[in-house]
Amino acid sequence: MSAALAAVPVVVRPKAAGGCSDAPVLKERGQREVFCGLTGIIWLHRKIQDAFFLIVGSRTCAHLMQSAAGVMIFAEPRFGTAIIDERDLAGMSDANDELDRVVAQLLSRRPDIKLLFLVGSCPSEVIKLDLSRAAERLGRSYSPNVRVLNYSGSGIETTFTQGEDACLAALVPGLPATNVKSLMVVGALADVVEDQFRRLFAAIGIADVQFLPPRRSTLLPVVGPNTHYLLAQPFLADTARALEGRGATRLEAPFPLGVEGTTAWFEAAAREWNIPDAKFQAAIAPAATRASAALSRIRHQLAGKRIFFFPDSQLEIPLARFLSRELEMNLVEVGTPFLHRQHLATELEMLPAGTMLSEGQHVENQLDRCRAAQPDIVVCGLGLANPLEAEGMTTKWAIELVFTPIQGYEQAADLAELFARPLVRRAKLAA
Amino acid sequence: MQLTVWTYEGPPHVGAMRIATAMRDVHYVLHAPQGDTYADLLFTMIERRQKRPPVTYTTFQARDLGSDTAQLFQDAARDAYERFKPKAMLVGASCTAELIQDDPGGLSDALELPIPVVTLELPSYQKKENWGAAETFYQIVRKLAGPKAPPPGTKPAPRDPARRARCNLLGPTALGFRHRDDLKEISGLLAQIGVDINVIAPFDASPDDITRLGDADFNIVLYPEIAMPAAGWLQRTFGQPMVKTVPIGMGATCDFIREVAALAGVDASALLDDPNSRAPWYAKSVDSTYLTGKRVFVFGDATHAIAAARIATRELGFTVVGLGTYSRELAREVREAAKLYGVEAMITEDYLEVEAAITELNVELLLGTQMERHIAKRLGVPCAVISAPVHVQDYPARYSPQMGFEGANVIFDTWVHPLMMGLEEHLLGMFREDFEFHAEAAPSHLGGAASERRAAPAAAPIADAFALAVETDDDVDVIEAEGPIDPVWSPEGEKELGKIPFFVRGKARRNTEAYAREFGVRVITVEALYDAKAHFSR
Ligand code: SF4
Ligand code: SF4
Repeated sequence: MSAALAAVPVVVRPKAAGGCSDAPVLKERGQREVFCGLTGIIWLHRKIQDAFFLIVGSRTCAHLMQSAAGVMIFAEPRFGTAIIDERDLAGMSDANDELDRVVAQLLSRRPDIKLLFLVGSCPSEVIKLDLSRAAERLGRSYSPNVRVLNYSGSGIETTFTQGEDACLAALVPGLPATNVKSLMVVGALADVVEDQFRRLFAAIGIADVQFLPPRRSTLLPVVGPNTHYLLAQPFLADTARALEGRGATRLEAPFPLGVEGTTAWFEAAAREWNIPDAKFQAAIAPAATRASAALSRIRHQLAGKRIFFFPDSQLEIPLARFLSRELEMNLVEVGTPFLHRQHLATELEMLPAGTMLSEGQHVENQLDRCRAAQPDIVVCGLGLANPLEAEGMTTKWAIELVFTPIQGYEQAADLAELFARPLVRRAKLAA
Repeated sequence: MQLTVWTYEGPPHVGAMRIATAMRDVHYVLHAPQGDTYADLLFTMIERRQKRPPVTYTTFQARDLGSDTAQLFQDAARDAYERFKPKAMLVGASCTAELIQDDPGGLSDALELPIPVVTLELPSYQKKENWGAAETFYQIVRKLAGPKAPPPGTKPAPRDPARRARCNLLGPTALGFRHRDDLKEISGLLAQIGVDINVIAPFDASPDDITRLGDADFNIVLYPEIAMPAAGWLQRTFGQPMVKTVPIGMGATCDFIREVAALAGVDASALLDDPNSRAPWYAKSVDSTYLTGKRVFVFGDATHAIAAARIATRELGFTVVGLGTYSRELAREVREAAKLYGVEAMITEDYLEVEAAITELNVELLLGTQMERHIAKRLGVPCAVISAPVHVQDYPARYSPQMGFEGANVIFDTWVHPLMMGLEEHLLGMFREDFEFHAEAAPSHLGGAASERRAAPAAAPIADAFALAVETDDDVDVIEAEGPIDPVWSPEGEKELGKIPFFVRGKARRNTEAYAREFGVRVITVEALYDAKAHFSR
């Protein structure tokens, strides 16, 4: 290990004894306070710049979209809703005609669109509107100018971030094939993070890194039996399965949150590419050292503080790992909407033994536990945050963790800061 | 199917939530998938309420379909009763549960809960938020006040003249546009007139309060979109007359006071003679001359749009060039109002249609909703919000009613501030080439907005692209109709055109080119530009 890295305390910290690999998980069933998968469109439509997301759904779906994010978007969004009405429910064939009409209207208004996603919702699924057939049909009539794909973001099938999974999985069959050894990073990242990662991979010695989703739908990554992929997000189960169906192999790693996670994540690729350790260490050292120094300035604000996670984005376990190991926070309860044991295997190993894990949700019971535990800070959705603040708790909006660049070295301190700020504010207001 | 980017109203069950959340001791059990819980954030984030709305969602999933969604509903309803012990319960379905037809009413009847249960049938594929709120309030009133109804045909007993008149205030809800402040204002006015308030509903009313609605002498319908069906039923059932004038603006507030005074049999002339409001004098003051004839476009819910048009023309001297609403239920009222101002009412839920109209009409001030605020930003037009749907900033910490005399003051300020002030506007005309002091700068008293406008290059190309698209279409028509005389712009003419504020520039360009074509001008010089200006000047 290089001298520079020895100065990075978190990297040398031993793994927690035993970890949470076999820890029992409280599985709950009841009211869930979490967005549906449609919400992924909010970041996906800005990420894939020539794509349009047409939700085939109800007024509720349209209202969700504008309530969850819409009011903040100043440019015209590249998403919309085809609102199903009474007449569409009367006859299925009519609904297909109607959909064709709406798509024609949309594409004439937005001739810049190259990729159209038809996004299924609860109503379109319950009435069994076959969007994959519709996508094929429309794809034929608009090809080659516009590709038409479909996926489901419905609340009966998906929660919040799973919409991204469904969207990316829908892209996989269309990826060009290759036999060349290649690295693919899977999961939507902010452009700034993507650029940092590209530079770091180049410094390590892996030049040709591809990203899924691409910034433009015409820049699809290639895939094949010699493709190795790294998940940048923990909620991509279907996408991973689809990629493996095309022959790709997942590189086992924790997620690139915090210094430790980021290092291990890059290391997984470096190992596969047989990069000499010295070269790897030299490549990451400047950023890792910078990030560790930045974290150590925030640590005193968080160390020893007790944190409680309500389930939201599936980022909870990697976040909890980062906060407990690098910032010395204590985990009261870590809730997640779904727990993918395989993709989170390394993360679970690294969690302190005895961490209370919960999956699914019964919001009232969980609120009772939270009130009883009186944590220092609670991570929860927008519906719960202000009521909990009013009860005297300090909260962090879970959604910010999805909408803010948090991955990688340069963002590690920003991520810590997201948790420190509510505590600092409460202290200031109390003074 | 209807293609939409933004919607003015949510689904009808959100309307029901607004009623449930406004009331005390009521709980709503909503059969719905997990994503529908987003609606909570409207109340806790946008309105910054301190409590979650009193709603339990069943949050069924795909794997429950066809097997035990009905059981899920019953469990949720029973648990909600046990946990929250409400005095009345609402049960219903969101759009998805409506399709699986579980019958929340029947299922909850089977539970035999010891409280009144109101079953809501809100057809999500036909109706919207305000309708849902109105229907919910009406069903609650019928269910809870109904048992006290006198036999049909009973004449209400005349009021004992020794007792002060009492009224109900109907319509204020959670997530309403300034409802909380309006209530305070109107309660104050009624106290001054000498009228007592029997019940305010649904805001802060308990189920017990609802059972007492029949004890009032008359009803005041503050928000017709929400209270009209209930008020109509109360009129038919208890013989309570209703006050229909909505007291937004000076004129309407005075009309309202007269109407209330007549029903209550009191003399309110003292209040009418000395309303103690600044708005009328401010509007008359010489500084306000610049407001004269400003071209205003009004869009919102019917009640606020109608009120805004009246204030704009009669109390501020603006010219209403467009008036519209998304409230189809009150389309007739808006059409009638539009006639007063010589415009055609726009009844639509299509935000893009509204945007096109605003662009076309060359508007100087937009009075609209959060959606119009987006349009205004894009076009660089000053804007004030008059109606829901709204943003978190439309729930200000300060007292800022829309109704009553104080409401008129608030409205004067909020509408006039986005505009340039009197002398400032004239100076801008004079020094519009000054690089720090030009026509695209924001009004000097809006510090924050100045940087917003400076950031406008991001928005401007969009607006220009939009204007261009419109122009191109027009040109095509014109060329086809009149042959290929295509005037070209001289560099000086083009430069002069650039001095015109960009939101009217498209119109100026089109007018000038039309003028050039008509008079056979092939090169548009500065001269030609001003000839065209004179030709089209109003
Ligand atoms: S987060 Fe706040 S500012 Fe942003 S859209 Fe929601 S309410 Fe508006
Ligand atoms: S949960 Fe279903 S019905 Fe509700 S917004 Fe999401 S997709 Fe639409």
